[in-house]
Amino acid sequence: MKYLHEYRQRQSIEKISAEIARITTRPWTIMEVCGGQTHAIVKYGLQQFLPQQVELVHGPGCPVCVTSLEIIDKAIAIAARPEVIFCSFGDMLRVPGSERDLLAVKAGGGDIRTVYSPLHAVELAQQNPDREVVFFAIGFETTAPANAMAAFLARKKGLRNLSLLVSHFLVPPAIESICSAADSRVQGFLAAGHVCAIMGYEQYPPLASKYRVPIVVTGFEPLDILEGVMMCLRQLEQGCCSVENQYARAVERRGNIPAQEMLEQVFDIAAQTWRGVGTIGASGLRLRPEFAAFDAEKKFSLDISPQIDSSGCISGQIMQGQKKPCDCPHFGQRCRPEQPLGAPMVSSEGACAAYYRYSRQVTADEH
Amino acid sequence: MNIECPLSTDTGEVVRLGHGSGGELSQKLLRDYVYPHFDNPWIAQAHDSATVPVKNDRVVFTTDSFVITPLFFPGGDIGKLAVYGTVNDLAMSGARPLYLSCSLILEEGLPMATLARVMSSMGEAAAETGMQLVTGDTKVVERGKGDGLYINTAGIGTIEHPMAIEPRQIQPEDLILLSGDIGRHGMAVMARREGLEFDGPLRSDCAPLHGAVEDLLNAGIAVHCLRDLTRGGLATALVELAESADKKFIVRETVIPVCEPVKGACEILGLDPLYVANEGRFVAFVPAEQAELALAVLARNPVSVGSRIIGAVARGNRPGVILQNALGCERLVARLPGEQLPRIC
Repeated sequence: MKYLHEYRQRQSIEKISAEIARITTRPWTIMEVCGGQTHAIVKYGLQQFLPQQVELVHGPGCPVCVTSLEIIDKAIAIAARPEVIFCSFGDMLRVPGSERDLLAVKAGGGDIRTVYSPLHAVELAQQNPDREVVFFAIGFETTAPANAMAAFLARKKGLRNLSLLVSHFLVPPAIESICSAADSRVQGFLAAGHVCAIMGYEQYPPLASKYRVPIVVTGFEPLDILEGVMMCLRQLEQGCCSVENQYARAVERRGNIPAQEMLEQVFDIAAQTWRGVGTIGASGLRLRPEFAAFDAEKKFSLDISPQIDSSGCISGQIMQGQKKPCDCPHFGQRCRPEQPLGAPMVSSEGACAAYYRYSRQVTADEH
Repeated sequence: MNIECPLSTDTGEVVRLGHGSGGELSQKLLRDYVYPHFDNPWIAQAHDSATVPVKNDRVVFTTDSFVITPLFFPGGDIGKLAVYGTVNDLAMSGARPLYLSCSLILEEGLPMATLARVMSSMGEAAAETGMQLVTGDTKVVERGKGDGLYINTAGIGTIEHPMAIEPRQIQPEDLILLSGDIGRHGMAVMARREGLEFDGPLRSDCAPLHGAVEDLLNAGIAVHCLRDLTRGGLATALVELAESADKKFIVRETVIPVCEPVKGACEILGLDPLYVANEGRFVAFVPAEQAELALAVLARNPVSVGSRIIGAVARGNRPGVILQNALGCERLVARLPGEQLPRIC
């Protein structure tokens, strides 16, 4: 497990923790953008290796959490159709729609299959020519190239029974949206390493300059995250606002060019609605007109109107770093993993799920 | 309309509805596919129930159903699971496994060759564990209404020692032993089912545990409690035991063995090995002063050769499981709310 053990060593963590304490002179608020980083922070208790003055807030980088209620309702409507084999990554199945989730549709007889790759959906379409195979193409820049490849292959193979229900999100516009909010508390960002592995980080310097925030491309192991925090703090303490790459072992400045080319062939950039946040211009992807035949929303006539989330879930505020899961009155009460009000309590990258699973504190009297 | 007689005497190469009719085809299925693998005087009685001798007044009785896709996986198959699973449930009470029942629910169209392989495997497992299969049942469901083959087994065993091995016997300061590395079964099955390939071989740990338990008892270990790790993995088993025993356990994550292929597969899929299923591992709660001897005994049995002390029962007033991680932080371990699902990115 090279590249894992050495990033989880207590000795290295304590060394960097001491360095962070040494350079920190005043309070700072840093946002980790990705839900995977949030989970690592809470799972490993990394906040306790930071000075009290350094606050980590959680960003919008959970692909399940940001998927809009409307698109989940569309997924549910399509998945319930008898002619459809609906393929999804596992995490999406438990996310509540307006009335029910995909697992409830499955229990009611819907043919819903958990897949590990969109290419599996392509195989299913080939194996089931008399069925309509629909793939729920969600996520950030990380999952988008493989989803693009699925559409590309489907066209190349002449498949007419495969379509994609697309709900893709782009990270840099979300960062800009957070920076431009009048009440933003975020002073520095840990950018998501795997997003940058695909897209590179040339999009970030203009953001760093415009909003005067340091941005550090950061990995996902405990040592990665503390190094990212340290690099961010150094800049903040020195009044700098540049883009640095902590995750150089996986990320190059220009990213993965073939993956980007695949994205450009299949998708256009479009406005996107983020659950709990609202619509952000140029923050999503949609299939290009030449791939319209593979667009599930066009293929199935759906009468789904946008819904207002009335569950009481404050996911939008949590994902913009305005509140933490424990600030929610429903956390651990009405909202629990087995009975979630919203996606952040469901997803394996959701901030509320991370807090619920890992950070319920062990009090001194329990020993 | 194509009408097919359900009592056709043509056995063909697949299971037919007629095989569950109770008639000639059913008898033929038992004669050809089941009885040859379980040769004993009780099954030969072919009566509605088996009359068996049990020379003990502490009889243990358990049942379990086995539903798995695929039926065959690296390191085992549904037949072995159906025997070992019930043997292990008996063994966790410290019982000697004696008698087994077997109910087959077959899906119309199941290849007879598949049934033959499963029955042969069950026969081998029964012989290996000393279990006598003494009674059973066969039903056939229509095509599309089953996953090929479901098996229910029930088992009877006897307790031949004076101890009560159960959660409420767990004492503060007991040490918690784990009989080997975790997560092999769940990841091997998932990899085979989904066609995933990982570096290194992934084989299920599917194995009978009664021998290792017997070794502990023969060595004079005052075993307080045992629990085999199945669905829900180590974490779920510990949480259940902590709640049943009303005790607090403190477990060190760094000493819980996970082999490299399982670790790698879990990292890629975003799964926690603590929650991944096992079919040949157990935890034992033993007095601290006997823990080293217990480890030495377990190390001599192939099914528990990788045993470790992973934690202890604490003195505390709230039941629960506390995990100490590699960085020295502590957290409560919870049950999974549902199925563990792979992450998206």
